Amino acid sequence: MNSRVNEKEANTLTSVNAPVFTCKDLAPKGNDRESKLCDTIEEAIKRSKLKNGMTISFHHAFRGGDKVLNKVMHVIAKMGFQDLTIASSSLATVHDELVEHIKNGVVTQIYTSGLRSKLGEAISHGLMKKPVQIHSHGGRVHLIKSGEIKIDVAFIGVPSIDKFGNASGSKGRSKCGSLGYAFIDAETAKYVIAISEEMVTYPNLPSSISQDQVDAIVLVDEVGDPSKIGEGATRLTTNPKELLIARRTANLIEHSGLFNEGFSIQTGTGGAALATTVFLGDKMKEKGIKADFGLGGITGTMVYLHEEGLIRKLLDVQSFDSFAAESLDRNPKHIEISANEYANFSSKGAAIKQLDVVVLSALEVDVDFNVNVITGSKGLLRGASGGHSDTAAEAKLAIIVCPLTRGRIPTITKRVNTIITPGCTVDAVVTDQGIAVHPRNVELKRKLKKAGLHLVKIEELYERAIALCGEPKPIEYLDRSVAVIRYRDGSVIDVVRQLKK
Amino acid sequence: MKLRRSMLFVPGSNTAMVCNAFIYKPDTVMFDLEDSVALSEKDSARLMVYHALGHWAYANIETAVRVNPLESPYGILDLEAVIRGGADIIRLPKTDTVEDVLVMEKEIERIEKACGRKEKIKLLAAIESAQGVVNAVSIASCSDRLMGIALGAEDYVRDLRTERTKEGSELTAARSQILLAARAAKINAFDSIFSDVKDKEGFIKEAEYIKGLGFDGKSLINPNQITLLHKVYAPSEDEIEWALEVIEAAKEAKTKGLGVVSLDGRMVDAPIIARAEWTLARAEASGLLGERA
Repeated sequence: MNSRVNEKEANTLTSVNAPVFTCKDLAPKGNDRESKLCDTIEEAIKRSKLKNGMTISFHHAFRGGDKVLNKVMHVIAKMGFQDLTIASSSLATVHDELVEHIKNGVVTQIYTSGLRSKLGEAISHGLMKKPVQIHSHGGRVHLIKSGEIKIDVAFIGVPSIDKFGNASGSKGRSKCGSLGYAFIDAETAKYVIAISEEMVTYPNLPSSISQDQVDAIVLVDEVGDPSKIGEGATRLTTNPKELLIARRTANLIEHSGLFNEGFSIQTGTGGAALATTVFLGDKMKEKGIKADFGLGGITGTMVYLHEEGLIRKLLDVQSFDSFAAESLDRNPKHIEISANEYANFSSKGAAIKQLDVVVLSALEVDVDFNVNVITGSKGLLRGASGGHSDTAAEAKLAIIVCPLTRGRIPTITKRVNTIITPGCTVDAVVTDQGIAVHPRNVELKRKLKKAGLHLVKIEELYERAIALCGEPKPIEYLDRSVAVIRYRDGSVIDVVRQLKK
Repeated sequence: MKLRRSMLFVPGSNTAMVCNAFIYKPDTVMFDLEDSVALSEKDSARLMVYHALGHWAYANIETAVRVNPLESPYGILDLEAVIRGGADIIRLPKTDTVEDVLVMEKEIERIEKACGRKEKIKLLAAIESAQGVVNAVSIASCSDRLMGIALGAEDYVRDLRTERTKEGSELTAARSQILLAARAAKINAFDSIFSDVKDKEGFIKEAEYIKGLGFDGKSLINPNQITLLHKVYAPSEDEIEWALEVIEAAKEAKTKGLGVVSLDGRMVDAPIIARAEWTLARAEASGLLGERA
């Protein structure tokens, strides 16, 4: 085709010096003209132009059944990369192999919500030179959007995909449900590699991750172990102590003034939190009310209530069991949302801002209502920040549920080992030996007392715990920080120090 | 009158249960030193229960201890420990005859005197054999320490050469006899455990049945059964309304100096008032009066 415009004129007419169209610059037509499909992870990494010192990311929707991170890291280590930053939405027990990659200098920096098992232990004992950055689920999105975490290559494991990159979390053998935590990676990473085990016909829609976000695709034998991703529905606890706490929590919610037609609820995992949902369901039927939405990590229990018509919509950033994962595919009002829509501090609209009640577990709570969900009684990193501080900060009523003691370890302490959620955002703590309401929430205290609920001071709970267990010996730390706890706005709320051997 | 709907069995050798049982607020905690404790654990269990009895955690809850038979090497040691430890009730292991109670009573008196315990420890006799059921009437009234008799169904059905069923027809005779014996002696009657802890419906059915028969309560082996049982024993809205009205009418009669009054055309006398007070006690224990106040 002869040019109808000359070069000079074109330059003057556009502010960007747009070149003149010519047919020969066009790529050949056809579906597979630029195949995204790579034969191996190595090929995809080569295409991504990954370099030493860059940041790579993963998501944790496969939980303990994840096979992607270890596979990718194995290839990366073999290819000889060094000094990489891993920004994973969280890390599970299955990721203990990272210890070797850290020792060998492949990984030198980690951003994550959680650390557990041998990896957590090794880091607690000073494995890494740079301290791990622990963020909340909302906080991660904030760190990415504010530019602190710049993802160069995102490795996104997906249960099923088509040849063009449309990937679904709720279809496939290793279905994990919502891929909400990976959305921000797909959106912002310079290069996105989708890794799957199941290729389906184009278009794989509706999708979680869309074709216009994916640069390369690799098929591997398996991305997850379905039995460890979360088989079946999380079963209701039969532990009498957890049931006691759950019943008490449901009573609290019932009389909080928020238990009205159209309320909203989020409950974490953990026996007591899950059972609270069930007891609330009974109370909703008795009172003849329905909830407008259930939020967060969605469990099978929430799905039951949704299918019974008691919760109108489920907003799902992570599906906790395969029952919830299947529901996401089956129930049109069970909706996959991103971590930005869920809980980001700087989001234009995080759903937690619309949330009435959240029920959260805790490893420790102190007399100032501060909550620790990351370090255990020996001071080791063995938990996850998760959406804890995000939801506590925004929900109208933030309830912490925990037993007063675990074995011979007091749960209510004078000072928590590590602060994840500041006490000023917590409204009540429910234990097997009483409910303590934060002194700030006078109105809640008044309502609960009026309803005949027995309240105690948190100091009283602490004293009871100590009377039962004795005062634990303080944990011995060195001065060096091995992890930094970032609050949801990016600020530093606490540090975890290296354990004395 | 003390409410005794739920009597929670706690194996004396189970540390976690001994540490936690009080949080479930059964009417009575029953520490067991007998069948649920292995021979190798008898001493440690006794020591642990002794300490639990004196702990503040059990200060506001009625405590009973099932001791080993006096014929065994542990029976006397158990008695020595729990009487000194401050238990409220001793549950006799297997009571076949009046003699069984009297022998136990004699030992208790000796120990109470020796340690200077002022408050007399009460006795609960477990009827676990055909002989025991036959003798229930005389057993129930043989000692003023006896606060109740309880059916131990597992051993009883073995003695009868039958098996336990969900319907419980094999227990009909024993339940009737024990209840009548207890009522005639004006002491409490307790039903046996329901061992299938997973069968909620079955448990509720049995609880409703024995409540209907007239039993004061039931022995329990799982804390989850407490809430279910208390719900069964909780009076209905109507019953509470009625009881409140009766008490109101009785008060009025007293201020006016009347012996009896009528309520809705029916006479309110002492037995009616006692029943109303009993209903309100159950309502309060079930947390049903709080919201009214």
